[in-house]
Amino acid sequence: MSSLASRAKDLRSSPNKWVAPAVILLGLLYPFLEEPLSTLPLIGDFMPSTGTVVVMIAFTMMAVGLNIVVGYCGLLDLGYVAFYAVGAYTAGWLASQHFEQVTFHFGSSVDNDQVGIHVTMWIVLIAAGLLTMLAGIVIGLPTLRLRGDYLAIVTLGFGEIIPQVVRNGDSFGGFNLTNGTFGIAPIDSVGFPVLSSIAFFPENFQTSDNRERWYYLIAFLLLLFTIFCSVRLRDSRLGRAWIAIREDETAAAAMGVPLMKTKTWAYALGAFFGGVAGAYYASFKSGAFPADFYFNISVFLLCMVILGGMGSIWGVTVGGMILAYLNFSGLSTIGSKIQDAGLNFDPTKYQFGIYGIIIVLMMLFRPTGLIPERRHKVEFEEGVHDTPFYDVQTEGSLTDRDRGND
Amino acid sequence: MSDTRARVLRTLRNPKLVNGIGLGLVALVGVWLVVNFVKGPQEFVNVALDGLTRGSIYGVALGYTLVYGILQLINFAHGDVFSLSGLVASTMLLSVLGLTGSSSNLAVIGGIVITLAITIPLFAVVNATIERVAYRPLRHAPRLTPLITAVGMSFIVSNISLALYGVDFESGSELIPQGAAFSIGEINVTWKLVFALAIITPALVALSWFVGYTRQGKAMRAVSQDTEASAMMGINVNRTISVTFFIAGSLAAVAGLVFLLEYNLRYDTGFELGLIAFTAAVLGGIGNLAGAVLGALLIGFVQSFNEGLTWFAPGGDWTRSIVFGILIAVLVFRPQGLLGEQTPEGA
Repeated sequence: MSSLASRAKDLRSSPNKWVAPAVILLGLLYPFLEEPLSTLPLIGDFMPSTGTVVVMIAFTMMAVGLNIVVGYCGLLDLGYVAFYAVGAYTAGWLASQHFEQVTFHFGSSVDNDQVGIHVTMWIVLIAAGLLTMLAGIVIGLPTLRLRGDYLAIVTLGFGEIIPQVVRNGDSFGGFNLTNGTFGIAPIDSVGFPVLSSIAFFPENFQTSDNRERWYYLIAFLLLLFTIFCSVRLRDSRLGRAWIAIREDETAAAAMGVPLMKTKTWAYALGAFFGGVAGAYYASFKSGAFPADFYFNISVFLLCMVILGGMGSIWGVTVGGMILAYLNFSGLSTIGSKIQDAGLNFDPTKYQFGIYGIIIVLMMLFRPTGLIPERRHKVEFEEGVHDTPFYDVQTEGSLTDRDRGND
Repeated sequence: MSDTRARVLRTLRNPKLVNGIGLGLVALVGVWLVVNFVKGPQEFVNVALDGLTRGSIYGVALGYTLVYGILQLINFAHGDVFSLSGLVASTMLLSVLGLTGSSSNLAVIGGIVITLAITIPLFAVVNATIERVAYRPLRHAPRLTPLITAVGMSFIVSNISLALYGVDFESGSELIPQGAAFSIGEINVTWKLVFALAIITPALVALSWFVGYTRQGKAMRAVSQDTEASAMMGINVNRTISVTFFIAGSLAAVAGLVFLLEYNLRYDTGFELGLIAFTAAVLGGIGNLAGAVLGALLIGFVQSFNEGLTWFAPGGDWTRSIVFGILIAVLVFRPQGLLGEQTPEGA
């Protein structure tokens, strides 16, 4: 049995210091490498296009956000798609012609005579994050008292309600909030309206020659920012409180961690990144459509977190990129190869079955994920004290001390 | 400043206030129902009967309650086992037995009996196998692990249905007579309702007999109360859990057949239906068998009232939101469910 100090040292992660810079450099260069890579024999066909990578990154960002809720704090959220929806629709509200009643422009690159609210996407991204955070708090406050599995089902409920509200939201007492099944399109592009007059920056990504490369660049930077925040959060006081709650809720409460407040923060911050990613993706594909937001997306994101390793940021990033790649490009490429080989099997049809198999196999044989977080691994190997803090059947928390003072 | 905040929070958490809001919501619904009843009593009763039909199918909620009672696990795969069983029943009835709308009633009833004789054991075994393969190895893992596995199993089972039956809807509604079995005034008791009750009621009676009066049923109740203590008393816990999944699977098979006869279903029907059934189980007080039946009927009524009534009814577009809204409201205002005060294993 090693001493406590050396165990604490073991728990700190220390990846090879060259890996991260190398990956970042490679990532930045991918749009330029894509063309030569795709001409390679054998693996060339499997290279995703730059546009596909933008989508992959957006979903990986959501997975990193979900990791805060599921991985750090141990709260199973099965309705993360709701945050994606809120983010996408915020972009729709603040940067499109949807609200024809008003004409408001702020730093946007669209023509000044266009109706609707047009705020520059940079502010929209932040606004989407904040609004989604608010949604996370609203969802969290009534439900975070519940035990893990009840929380899962309630978040799932919200994940089902919000898309339905969006779909039916074309007439709230005559007010068209979401434009119903048609969704909101087009959504304004990201761009550099001020910088474009100085240097080579495009005013509008959507219409620029290098649309996909610009979107890629910004997406990549956003992902780096998300990962950075995620690392800093994990090591902060709040992050340590999350992990304490995940490991043992009762003990954490006894040590003075305010449960409700800490959990709500996990929800809010996890939601923030989902909102930003949702808004960015909506701008990339220039629309927010209710058909995009269904339960399977939540499971897809959860699967990324599990595959990579709950709580492990690098794991979730890798897991997210792998699954997003399979979903948006890999499976159909593999499918067409199988078709070419003369077999009649279409893996894209069974994509969610495949994710299901991944989830079950990972849980059975490698529950800590591809790149395990060390602390989490220890948890699995040595077990945790796992008494629920709030027991629904006996109605009441095991201690009442946090009722009055947070 | 923080003093004000604490006071506001204390006010918000005052049980009287919370209960008051909860009762207020219930009262609003009550007023809404009464006004609708006054506006069109016959229509109201017909809609209610439709709700009864639906509610009896949500008896599939019992499968969730049984499993939750014993493992504290939401078995997401249950709904998908249900829809796969309905699809297999459609093969049995329509292809193997070759029944059509013009078959005689006796042939249809015989066909239903034969189909049940096959699907009940089949899906009992399927469900027990799922438990054996996916949940049992995780018995001592952190509690999120089996829950996540259950979500994965749900997707696997629904994709098996997809691979076997494709994306088309299957329906057996032509097999049972359309229209009213008998009418009282303008109130029509449909054949649908008769068939649903005729199949579900015996299943429920058999279940409550099993749980209440057999040795294995007692073992189930003991395990759901205290796993370790019952193991010390010599109960084979793993076998008892297998039996629970076995029974939940048979209930899913019964409900699948009834659903096939009344409506239509395909590979993904079970998932949403399963969520609604789970809501019913929570509404009634999860782990409580009588509660699950009550919850199922209430949710059935809610759905039918929402879609069938005319005065201020949101309509079918909002069903899902309303059902999940109820779920959230129940968990906020009365997390132990309507009948939750009784012992959790119920019956």
